[in-house]
Amino acid sequence: MNDRINVRKTHKMFINGKFARSESERTFGWTTSDTKDSTNICRASRKDFRDSVLAAKNAFSGWSSRTAYNRAQIIYRCAEILEGRSAQLVEELRTQGLDSEDAQLEVRQTIDLLVYYAGWADKYQQLFSSVNPVSAPYFNFTALEATGVVAIIAPRESGLLGIVSAIAPTLVGGNTCVTLMSEENPLCTSSLSETLHTSDVPAGVVNLLTGFRSELIDQFSTHMEVNALIYFGEDKDEITQIETNAAENVKRVSICTRQDWEYESSLSPYAILRTQETKTTWHPIGF
Amino acid sequence: MTIENYSQNTQADWTYDPAPQSVEHVNIHDSYELFIDGKFTASKSESYRDSINPATEKTLTKVAEAGVEDVDLAVDAARHAYEGPWSQMTASERGKFLFRIARMIQERSRELAIVESLDGGKPIRESRDVDIPLAAAHFFYYAGWADKLDYAFPGRQAQSVGVAAQIIPWNFPLLMAAWKIAPALATGNTLVLKPAETTPLTAMILADIIREADLPPGVVNIVTGDGDLGKQLVRHPGIDKIAFTGSTTVGKDIMRALAGKDKRFTLELGGKAANIIFADAAIDQAIEGIVNSIFFNQGHVCCAGSRLFVEESVAKEVTQKLRERMETLIVGDPLDKNTDIGAINSIDQLKRIQSYVEIGQQEGGELYQSSCILPDTGYWHAPTLFSNVSQSHRIVQEEIFGPVLAIQTFRTVDEVIEKANNTPYGLSGGVWTDKGAKIFKVTRNIRAGVIWANTFNKFDPSSPFGGYKESGMGREGGVEGLLPYLNLTTNTR
Repeated sequence: MNDRINVRKTHKMFINGKFARSESERTFGWTTSDTKDSTNICRASRKDFRDSVLAAKNAFSGWSSRTAYNRAQIIYRCAEILEGRSAQLVEELRTQGLDSEDAQLEVRQTIDLLVYYAGWADKYQQLFSSVNPVSAPYFNFTALEATGVVAIIAPRESGLLGIVSAIAPTLVGGNTCVTLMSEENPLCTSSLSETLHTSDVPAGVVNLLTGFRSELIDQFSTHMEVNALIYFGEDKDEITQIETNAAENVKRVSICTRQDWEYESSLSPYAILRTQETKTTWHPIGF
Repeated sequence: MTIENYSQNTQADWTYDPAPQSVEHVNIHDSYELFIDGKFTASKSESYRDSINPATEKTLTKVAEAGVEDVDLAVDAARHAYEGPWSQMTASERGKFLFRIARMIQERSRELAIVESLDGGKPIRESRDVDIPLAAAHFFYYAGWADKLDYAFPGRQAQSVGVAAQIIPWNFPLLMAAWKIAPALATGNTLVLKPAETTPLTAMILADIIREADLPPGVVNIVTGDGDLGKQLVRHPGIDKIAFTGSTTVGKDIMRALAGKDKRFTLELGGKAANIIFADAAIDQAIEGIVNSIFFNQGHVCCAGSRLFVEESVAKEVTQKLRERMETLIVGDPLDKNTDIGAINSIDQLKRIQSYVEIGQQEGGELYQSSCILPDTGYWHAPTLFSNVSQSHRIVQEEIFGPVLAIQTFRTVDEVIEKANNTPYGLSGGVWTDKGAKIFKVTRNIRAGVIWANTFNKFDPSSPFGGYKESGMGREGGVEGLLPYLNLTTNTR
């Protein structure tokens, strides 16, 4: 038996480019499916959420004005870094109860999904924008712009692919986001944070929180600086709560189900459109 | 040389002779009924509401008020039509009906323009040259989309949503009806439309056109009534999609009412647009642009440029020229072809505008109004300018929906972008400068759905319209305008 003492990892959240514990210093015990060991996971507070929104808001103008080519490279870089960390992620997914084959598949799909969306960064605009033939001497065009700060409530069932399938199209479209990770499958949070951190994703562009959905769902849907909300789940009461709260500042709400995060069915430029606005600009033609 | 100086020099009389639009060929009925299942039908409640000419305060006619039972009938008729003839028809045939309606609007355009001005108070020049031609153009544009939907959204198959409830405001009555009806029909939906209670008449003429066009009964149903009727429609279980144009307050109510109901909706809500004048702009053109941005349609425009930002170095010149230009605006009879500013749509709206003008003065704003003489009867408001106001003033933050402009100044591009975006709204914006690079810098950074550069308040059926932030969601016009009425399904990835 190996007598070396194993160095365990402290699980943290990712706020404004920093690896943070909850300001409330609360954690919840998460138990592994095989060994039944308990791990402490940060339990985000309302203030953690507000701090994250502020970070996302401040990061928005910089991120949304990056060139599409640059955003593409950064998302592709995430795939590169994830590839290198495959073993670590597979291990985490296995700890969460997946068998080896499923864990490897989920990691491979997550990496491929990032590559897929990296490729969209400089193309979706061409697909969905237009020059409009108005019947007067004006040059008129419609182009897409990022909606702003997006709050994402991750699918409970998938702690890696599920959340990356929501973050990637949001990011590619120039938005920044605050994400509530799966309460049931939170272990990839740190690895994902480390990936984003080493891939030149600017601080504040992605913020990852762990905690209780029931505790934070109200904050996610009422915050006035959150412009859009992507919710994964089928809980009728939660959906009603979110959509009622969203009226407060006319948030764009996307209700997403399993097929919106599973690999085959989720890959689509229309996922980028969830958090896009269209802007139409007019200018006279003449002297 | 100012206008004042000029008139002193020449002693010329600048008043225009009356140029009234003849109304002799317009026949307004004694009463109008609901349009349900292809027939004009009396309301089950047998109640009527008077429709008033806001320029004379005289009753034009009375219009049926729909109740709960009428709404049920209208929604049922729309459902039957959706499941029956309308979905069985080929897309190209559907399109031909829209072309036909577009043509018939053109044929009856003068009648429609006159009734629009009588019922809503807008100058005949605007209803004749803007509202009605654009309404016809909208039907014509979307008619052609009906059999081409599979090309609109790559990789997706386009399917209709079902029965739409459409609720429209009183500022552009027929045009808003066209914006709602044309894309809904082109995409294969059926609908129940509710015009605003103060301006139902052109929608009733449109109903007559639709009947004469032999559109299958029930495809378009038009029910008249007030906000309570709108509430019933929004909450009706037989409705699949809601399209609303109106205030942000009502838009939020609709969102709450629909929470958890899994229904599609689009909202086109209020605005408080920034119109930005840089020192290097062609100032005289900009002055015309300002006038058009805030006094077009008495300022009853959701995308009106109600916040004017002028670069400090030209603020004095712009303000002076604007005042002089305002002096020349003709306020009065909407049916006079020379009229620039017509009647305020209703007594309620007039009171609302007046209260904001009072608030503006109480908060320390400096008031300027043109010296025009307002008619004794009818609802009127002089073109109004507020200077010496700041970001926190209510008249700078809240939508007034009248001919009231708030002027602020700025020094740098970054400053004005920040100020322009300091609002929960994001519907439109304007920028005036002769520098191309500056145009793109500013138009890109204003968080709003429609930006006019060196122009303002231009509309076209091929040009998407709609807001960011609390100005709503979804677009009307263009390819984007199809989306609210379609379910996109996967055929290939």
